[in-house]
Amino acid sequence: MTGLIVQDKTVVVPGEVIAEGIDYLPSYGSYREQDKIMASQLGLLNIDGKVLKIIPLAGRYLPRRNDVIIAKVVDILMTGWRLEINSPYTAVLNLKDASFDYIARGADLSKYFNLEDYMVTKIVNVTSQNIIDVSCKGPGLRGLRGGRVIRVSSCKVPRIIGKKGSMVSMIKRATGCQITVGQNGFVWINGEPDKEILVVEVINKVQREAHIQGLTERIQKFLEEKTGNKIEIIEEKDEYESSEQSEYSQEN
Amino acid sequence: MNYTKRFDGRKFDELRPIEAKAGVIKKADGSAYFRIGKTTAYAAVYGPRELYPKFMQDPKQGLLRCNYNMMPFSGAGERVRPGPSRRSKEISMITERALRPVLDLKDFPNAVVDVFIELTETDAGSRCAGICAASIALADAGIIMKDMVVAYSVGKVGDQVVVDLDGDEEHFDHNSSVDIPLAFIPSTGEITLLQMDGRISPADLRKCLAMAKEQAPAVLQVLQKALKDKYTME
Amino acid sequence: MANTQLKEHISNALKKGYRLDGRKMDEFRPITLKVDCIRTAEGSARVQCGETELIVGVKLALEKPFPDTPDEGILMVGAELLPLSNPAFESGPPSIESIETARVIDRGIRESHAIDTRALCIEKGQKVWTINVDVCPLNHDGNLIDLGGFAAIAALKSAKFPIVKDGVVDYKEHESKALPLVECPIPITVIKIGENLLIDPTEDEESVLDARLTITFLENGDVCSMQKGGDEPITTEDFDKILELAGKASQELRKKLR
Repeated sequence: MTGLIVQDKTVVVPGEVIAEGIDYLPSYGSYREQDKIMASQLGLLNIDGKVLKIIPLAGRYLPRRNDVIIAKVVDILMTGWRLEINSPYTAVLNLKDASFDYIARGADLSKYFNLEDYMVTKIVNVTSQNIIDVSCKGPGLRGLRGGRVIRVSSCKVPRIIGKKGSMVSMIKRATGCQITVGQNGFVWINGEPDKEILVVEVINKVQREAHIQGLTERIQKFLEEKTGNKIEIIEEKDEYESSEQSEYSQEN
Repeated sequence: MNYTKRFDGRKFDELRPIEAKAGVIKKADGSAYFRIGKTTAYAAVYGPRELYPKFMQDPKQGLLRCNYNMMPFSGAGERVRPGPSRRSKEISMITERALRPVLDLKDFPNAVVDVFIELTETDAGSRCAGICAASIALADAGIIMKDMVVAYSVGKVGDQVVVDLDGDEEHFDHNSSVDIPLAFIPSTGEITLLQMDGRISPADLRKCLAMAKEQAPAVLQVLQKALKDKYTME
Repeated sequence: MANTQLKEHISNALKKGYRLDGRKMDEFRPITLKVDCIRTAEGSARVQCGETELIVGVKLALEKPFPDTPDEGILMVGAELLPLSNPAFESGPPSIESIETARVIDRGIRESHAIDTRALCIEKGQKVWTINVDVCPLNHDGNLIDLGGFAAIAALKSAKFPIVKDGVVDYKEHESKALPLVECPIPITVIKIGENLLIDPTEDEESVLDARLTITFLENGDVCSMQKGGDEPITTEDFDKILELAGKASQELRKKLR
């Protein structure tokens, strides 16, 4: 028997046979064992022509170059800051990458970013040993004041942002909260306490139902019920477009 | 001694009823519970995460670290003293060995994947139940694995080869039963755990292994279903 | 690790009357209780409160009494902060937090003489029953002391003696005789964040508390043990308020024991 065993957009588990024969090519999250292609990660099967790929439903964040993330200062070094980025690895922000302003050597670094401060920053380099360099020089990159940072599964970030930012912008408009979603799964929320609670509720709902079709409409309904206001779905140019957004949001 | 009918009425090649569920411990990155008969194991996966002590770090790939423990009230008789024992340390190590061959941890050098297994109730077959729970939990955590590992026991009670010995069978005839815990990679049939207690002829041993292999697909289905059910219950 | 951002956030929400999960200050998360769920234990209880979930098991054994109390049985309470239940817990010897949790629950039961230890004596100086209560969290999201203590009493209430054959315990069979439990102590912990007093804290709330006070109550309202924790002091006014808050909460929780 040759061909596809599993349908597009179904949940597959490690070791599950997805296809047989030589017609298909294994890509991320799948591998070939003789004449079979099997999944190697829990996720949604994505078929793109002949290429079989798995969109993971779980897994810790693996840092990638050019990702825009939210990071937390955990140590102030001689020439920079060490940051926690929701990964088994920490990142380093060097003096020269911290700001467009000139920072002299020997300056008090805590004036720029202090311990436990959060920031929006961009990964500029990742080595094979997962040593990570970040930079705050760029549009939208900045320190974050106030608000609250929650942790979500980095796999669900594309869903939380939505196609061209439609999901997160809908939540922002419905709750009046500022929301910034990092590719690494840290999400910054700032607004009225009762609205922040609603944002957290909605984001958790998105995470739970990320793999089910029609999510944007369901969230729209949920927000309308909770706030008593009509809310539109608008696609806009979001600050951080992920290359993976398209796979998830194709269903909507 | 003759053993012609199993104490609980099962067929000789029949496992006890199995039940499994994924995502039962919310604080963990992945988790599961697996029950076979009365033996119930919970597994929680944390990681990949930073590994301490640093000297244990491997710059080529992540490390797998398993910890098997019985809750004090989970033993069939007296209370089990809390804390690691020689037995639990050995079981932790063989659990690691049973699971490591299917994992791909090269994306996570210097990091660790911690698997914690707790038994809440036991009636023989606890190390295998722990491995099954850990398999589900690792997949639930999004770890890259080429397959899931299934584990259960096989052996000989009296003069009869049987699959999945329960507590009464283990103690049959002054503890003369043969108990063989094993773990398989279902897609290749490879064995990743093999231990034995008792005395058995090579011919019977081969019979045991053959009987054991037949059970793998059914157990695998339960493990896979536990994961898929988590995403279809809405 | 200190978490000032989370603390600021929780405090700001509290100023406006909100807890992060939308609860009121004196509100418990939804609780479910199941007893007799572990067949290998002589008594057991499983509690779920919000996302905190734990199991308590009671095991009995026949042993020699302590020399200074030859006609009394022995009661021991243990609590382990299992690494399975939270990323912050490590495997290894019991941490000071787990020791405190165990000892606070233990004192509540011991000081109230909840178990009539004289009724556990089989043969003076030779043989008495030992009762071991073990609190094991499956998922820790705060308030282990209260929930562990509550589950411990539920487990003790449902426990039965095992059958003794020729002086040896047969764990496979239980008598219908229940343990000599004469009181039901219930611990309630109130935490203080800034000027706010909260019942049933989540892990996040516990991580930013200034102070906490656990008070264990009996059915008639008497107090049988107390434990203050946290780095900051409490005022006597705080104490009065806490005593009242905790007393009410313990009555609410007690209803679930029926």
